[in-house]
Amino acid sequence: MKEFKILAVLVALVGITYYGIEPYAHSVMHPAVAPADFTFQDVKNVDTSLAGNVENGKVLVEANCIACHAIEKAGHPAMMPNADAAASYGVVPPDLSQAGRIYDKNYLANFIFDPVTAMHVQQKYNPESGKAFPMPSYNWMSPQDIMDVVAYLQSVAPKVADNVEGHKSTFEAACGRCHNMQYAGIEATTPASVIKEHMGANPPDLSQYIKSRGEHYLHSFINDPQVLLKGTSMPRVGLTEKAQEEVIAYMEEVGDSKKAERESLGVWVILYSVIFAILAYLWKRKIWSEVH
Amino acid sequence: MAEFKKADSMLEWFDQRLGVVNFAKVMMTEYWIPKNINFLWAMGVLLTVLFTFLVVSGIFLLMYYKPDANMAFDSVNYTIMQEVAYGWLFRHIHAVGASVVFLIIYIHMFTGIYYGSYKKGREMIWISGMLLFMLFSAEGFSGYMLPWGQMSYWAAYVITEIFGGIPFIGDDLVVWIRGNFYVADATLTRFFMLHVLLIPLAIIGAIVFHFYALRFPHVNNEAGEFFDFDVEAKKYLAGNKKHSKVIPFWPVFLSKDVFVLGVFLIFFFYLVFFHYGFAMDPINFDKANGLKTPAHIYPEWYFLWSYEVLRGWFFEIAGISGKDLGLMAFGFANIIFLVMPWLDRSPVVKPANQRPYFKYWFWLMIADLMVLTEFGKLPPTGPNAWVGFGASLTFLVLFIALPFITKAEAAKVKGKK
Repeated sequence: MKEFKILAVLVALVGITYYGIEPYAHSVMHPAVAPADFTFQDVKNVDTSLAGNVENGKVLVEANCIACHAIEKAGHPAMMPNADAAASYGVVPPDLSQAGRIYDKNYLANFIFDPVTAMHVQQKYNPESGKAFPMPSYNWMSPQDIMDVVAYLQSVAPKVADNVEGHKSTFEAACGRCHNMQYAGIEATTPASVIKEHMGANPPDLSQYIKSRGEHYLHSFINDPQVLLKGTSMPRVGLTEKAQEEVIAYMEEVGDSKKAERESLGVWVILYSVIFAILAYLWKRKIWSEVH
Repeated sequence: MAEFKKADSMLEWFDQRLGVVNFAKVMMTEYWIPKNINFLWAMGVLLTVLFTFLVVSGIFLLMYYKPDANMAFDSVNYTIMQEVAYGWLFRHIHAVGASVVFLIIYIHMFTGIYYGSYKKGREMIWISGMLLFMLFSAEGFSGYMLPWGQMSYWAAYVITEIFGGIPFIGDDLVVWIRGNFYVADATLTRFFMLHVLLIPLAIIGAIVFHFYALRFPHVNNEAGEFFDFDVEAKKYLAGNKKHSKVIPFWPVFLSKDVFVLGVFLIFFFYLVFFHYGFAMDPINFDKANGLKTPAHIYPEWYFLWSYEVLRGWFFEIAGISGKDLGLMAFGFANIIFLVMPWLDRSPVVKPANQRPYFKYWFWLMIADLMVLTEFGKLPPTGPNAWVGFGASLTFLVLFIALPFITKAEAAKVKGKK
């Protein structure tokens, strides 16, 4: 009985200290922020309730987008090699094949209308700074036309499987123009020296971000980087919740590739320890019965 | 040469040559431990096991680790964690083991203080134990640098910077320790040497010495009772096991320790597989970058209390800068436990709760260390800075007051008798 009392005191002291230096200290250093908003309600220049017309969208895209953007899945290859495109625009313009799938509909429509506002990078691209975002605003387009473009992009986007390959394709489309992922052999399509010029610093390699930032942080950060890192030049990319989950899943598959092995082995090792402790207790009882 | 007759068994063969039968008696079956003990007496065996875990996992990590500023980070986080079969397991055991070994060291140490196991003949046990604490601290610090992440780098930067505060030689000393003007490849390689060779050798030597120092004054017991071990051992050997106050190290003492170890291992492996974040700081998964200081720099949890003693002094007093005051307090905090046997002026060896004044001192000291640990991690701004100062000052006052408190206690106890 006395030993249990000692144990209780010990557990209480260790528990209080642990609570203070782990959950509590981290909550002080990383205060809670507004929850992620996957409907992107703050941008409402385009009436997204309008039903889009795919046929008209196709015409508009071919007239307005493919001079800069590739859409491989719809038979529009890139106009020039990545290095040249990056040198011309500052960053390789995205292939729009996946755009209809990975970007939220509301975000995408408002992005076409006014990219800088949708991306939350007004602090960088404004009249005072004199910098202009490489893609012009299509605020002259009618909301109906914009929704037609969105409908067309959604119609060409291929479905991807819910596996590592699928997650990888989402990651490459969403992050791969700027970020390296060395541990997966992924190199940003925009050359390092060019992207540094464009962003002000080299975007970090994401190999270990699942560990250094963690799923919780990434969930909020990818949704809107300004919330956690005010002033960062990383734009809000407007991923749907599903696409973002796929990106994070891929970061985990690369950065913590032994997770499944660790968790299944862990159960067995702990079970082994429990059996060991029980046998040790029985042995101790037998031995001590002679001396007590 | 002695005459050797032909041995009848393998045991006899070895016994003729190595005296194994007698050796086993001296070390195991007739090494006497008091019977009146609780599970806190198992911490020594836990520490021995944990140290073994650290050595073995360390040997495996050593096969793939690259002590080079350009390769270290990836050799740990890619090669070991992802490519090598079960490399992650060895790293997790090593990282979690290194953190948990300090938890057990602190329990072991405060058990010693609580039961007064550092005085009246047990001074050398205490001193060798504190020496081990210092060596483990150096081992922990040097090892923390090796993954070459952001926290590795900046903790190394901050801690080596501390030596710069030493008068006259400080600046040169920092360069001498780092092997460069800043924390760099040379720093990494020399700390690698310290971590895998020099300090482990010293630790093994100190462990042997610690065990040796236990031999003559014997292990303390739960009541702090002194008795004749030879008389009690005779009782035990005569078969009067129930009335003897001693038990042999093997199998009686160890059977209890092995059970405690079993329970501990459940906890330990839970941490290794499912709850390792506290021992593997997220910030350290960013590669070291000397141009980018992390928003919050803090040492591993087991250094937080002394770090806070250093940091608590943030303003000038009597013309001495806060930095220098902190440094002096830090120096004081790091050697004061070593002289514990001479700070406690009372001859009474009893659990703290049975000592009229010491019990207050003991629990205040524990509370103060917990406050220091907690505020050592929190950002030192606003009221936090003052709490840190208060706790740091309390720490100094507690240890300066200890000789007077225990002297008064001794007088009081004597008066009663």
